[in-house]
Amino acid sequence: MAVLRLRFTKTKRDKLAQVLWILNWISVVTGVILFSLGLFLKVEINKRGELMAERDIQYVPNMLIAVGIIACAINFLGGKICYDCVDTTKFLRWKLIMLPYIICTFFFTFCVLVGALMCYSMHGELEESLNLGLAEAIRFYKDTDTPGRCFLKRTVDMLHIEFQCCGNNGYKDWFQIQWISNRYLDMSKKEVADRLRSNVEGKYLIDGVPFSCCNINSPRPCIQQQITNNSAHFNYEHQTEELNLWMKGCRQALLEYYTHIMQSIGLTVLITWLFELSVLTGVRYLQTSLENVLRQGDLDSESDGWLLENSFMETARTNLNIIKSLGKSNQIDTANNGDPNINVPSTSKAHYGPDNVPPNEIPEAS
Amino acid sequence: MAVGKLTFTKAEREKLAEFLWLLNWISVLTGAILFGLGLFLKVEIQKRQEVMLEQGILYVPHMLITTGLVACAINFLGGKICLDCTDTNKFLRWKMVMMPYVVCTLVFTACVLAGAVMCYSISSQLEEALFLGLRNAMRYYKDTDTPGRCYLKKTLDLLQIQFQCCGNSGYRDWFQVQWVSSRYLDMNNSSVRDRLRSNVDRKYLMDGVPFSCCSTASPRPCIQQRLSDRSAHFNFDRQSQQLNLWRRGCRSALMEHYTQILQSIGLTVLLIWLFELLVLTGVRYLQTAMENVIRLGDPDSESEGWILENSLAETARSNFNIIKNLGKCYQGDDDDPNINIPSAATERELPSRCAHIPETS
Repeated sequence: MAVLRLRFTKTKRDKLAQVLWILNWISVVTGVILFSLGLFLKVEINKRGELMAERDIQYVPNMLIAVGIIACAINFLGGKICYDCVDTTKFLRWKLIMLPYIICTFFFTFCVLVGALMCYSMHGELEESLNLGLAEAIRFYKDTDTPGRCFLKRTVDMLHIEFQCCGNNGYKDWFQIQWISNRYLDMSKKEVADRLRSNVEGKYLIDGVPFSCCNINSPRPCIQQQITNNSAHFNYEHQTEELNLWMKGCRQALLEYYTHIMQSIGLTVLITWLFELSVLTGVRYLQTSLENVLRQGDLDSESDGWLLENSFMETARTNLNIIKSLGKSNQIDTANNGDPNINVPSTSKAHYGPDNVPPNEIPEAS
Repeated sequence: MAVGKLTFTKAEREKLAEFLWLLNWISVLTGAILFGLGLFLKVEIQKRQEVMLEQGILYVPHMLITTGLVACAINFLGGKICLDCTDTNKFLRWKMVMMPYVVCTLVFTACVLAGAVMCYSISSQLEEALFLGLRNAMRYYKDTDTPGRCYLKKTLDLLQIQFQCCGNSGYRDWFQVQWVSSRYLDMNNSSVRDRLRSNVDRKYLMDGVPFSCCSTASPRPCIQQRLSDRSAHFNFDRQSQQLNLWRRGCRSALMEHYTQILQSIGLTVLLIWLFELLVLTGVRYLQTAMENVIRLGDPDSESEGWILENSLAETARSNFNIIKNLGKCYQGDDDDPNINIPSAATERELPSRCAHIPETS
């Protein structure tokens, strides 16, 4: 009871081989696309590496890059095989390789699916990484004289301007950290000294934000200092004022940006996966029909092609037995006589050599 | 004494015709490129039309666009003509058209050169337009409630951030305009009233700049207010001052941007002009060679081709006479001593109808 048995005439087999040759070459192109998508994602993540804390997010683009390269290789080989399958004599060259090739491609297709799913599952890790990274960046904003952090101010300012966002969750994050370095604070002034003293940790906190938080859509000049003090500015109410500063938090802005990229990439990878699956199915049919033709002996006759020779359950059981016996053959070989599994007759004939004698009489086997 | 005389065998003529057919099709492509360049320049100029006072700079991209379209048409026709020139019979179809075609293409090639020269000469006009446009933009920066000017603030802020520039020539331009609207000035505040009173035009001027002038490369938080008073800010040394705001003026930043674009476009158009000239020369040789073959009578013989039949001075003189006679035709005067001077060109090309007006055929 084969799974999805189909009948193939000679012309159908030839046509199938030709179509599969073209599809394999298209798959090489999609493999290149996968590779470049992975590269693009890697570059985008590295561009903002300063704002992301160390988390395991590099595995997604690396996976896509590896899968893309393997796709190119596998489909290139598949193209060569299918090209040769048009001619039955040339097929004999590939006969032994085809089954391992199909199994490898099956596992590889599974990897492509995993890659697609990873794109969607990276969301949580990314949010965590951005949260920590941005909090650190805001904390070290003022340290433009510390080596290793001197460009953090510029990075954060450009981030605010480019993504039209302010702070981690919002502009109020800037009220909780000291973003003005002590080098630029006049300690001799009374109000500076008072402010420093009033803070438990001796930090100079103000209700002001950097200039990069200013919203260009605002009809009035930007209010950056004394934001929560309504009376400090004429005709100003900070509770209702939405156009003065960027209201969105940078974590949300970056997350939206990366989610958009990864959803597009995930969709492309899913479509690639479906395409690879259809190519694999075609190659499987081609392989089984050509093997049956060879078994029948007449190269021009019709033959059957299938996905699995027996039903799904039987194939699973047989493979499990093979794996078990492989495991057992690595141990001391005393189970030949007593193991009930070996002597269960199956449809494929076991060849015990020219004598066709079961292995019970191994000492006499040639 | 023909100019640039060359002898062509039949095979050479056919090869020339085929080669010119190919070159004409490449010229159609270059015509499309010209059109594209003109369109690109138009879009770039219109993108910043708010800070550019329209002083007729748009004639340059318009010229390029029309020249590109005309190039496509002319070279398409040229391709058809050259394809037919391989066969002497088919050439007879085009015999009458070819001379006007060559003259038209010469005029058109001159237009391409004019377009290229215009790209380089527009620079001073552009600077003037930018100067006036930016001055107006800064003046109306605060008028975000006036229809027609409400987006000028956003445009100018974006410009300063994107091009990393401040003001017209520099940041001090902001000290001379009131960029804070009176809607946001508290008239009850005595310092505000004092400042307004101290100015002749009752403008609220201060030594401060908008936030978009702030440089992202500065190591310290941006100082936007009280910029002329260095002691008002702690540790505001020379280096801090240099890095605090964008130093460049927006006019020079935009000029650099546009000069780069115009120079590249100008160079491309010059190269296209040289190519068109080459094609025109080839077509002229082909035309004269084919005409001479027909005059000789034997389609397989060798023939001569040239650029001008006589020397440049003689050709200029005879053409000048033709134009004079055409002028006289409209007056009906047949006693002009110039008409009866025999010359090689006039006898063949001068229409005789001027002497025989009643007998026009």
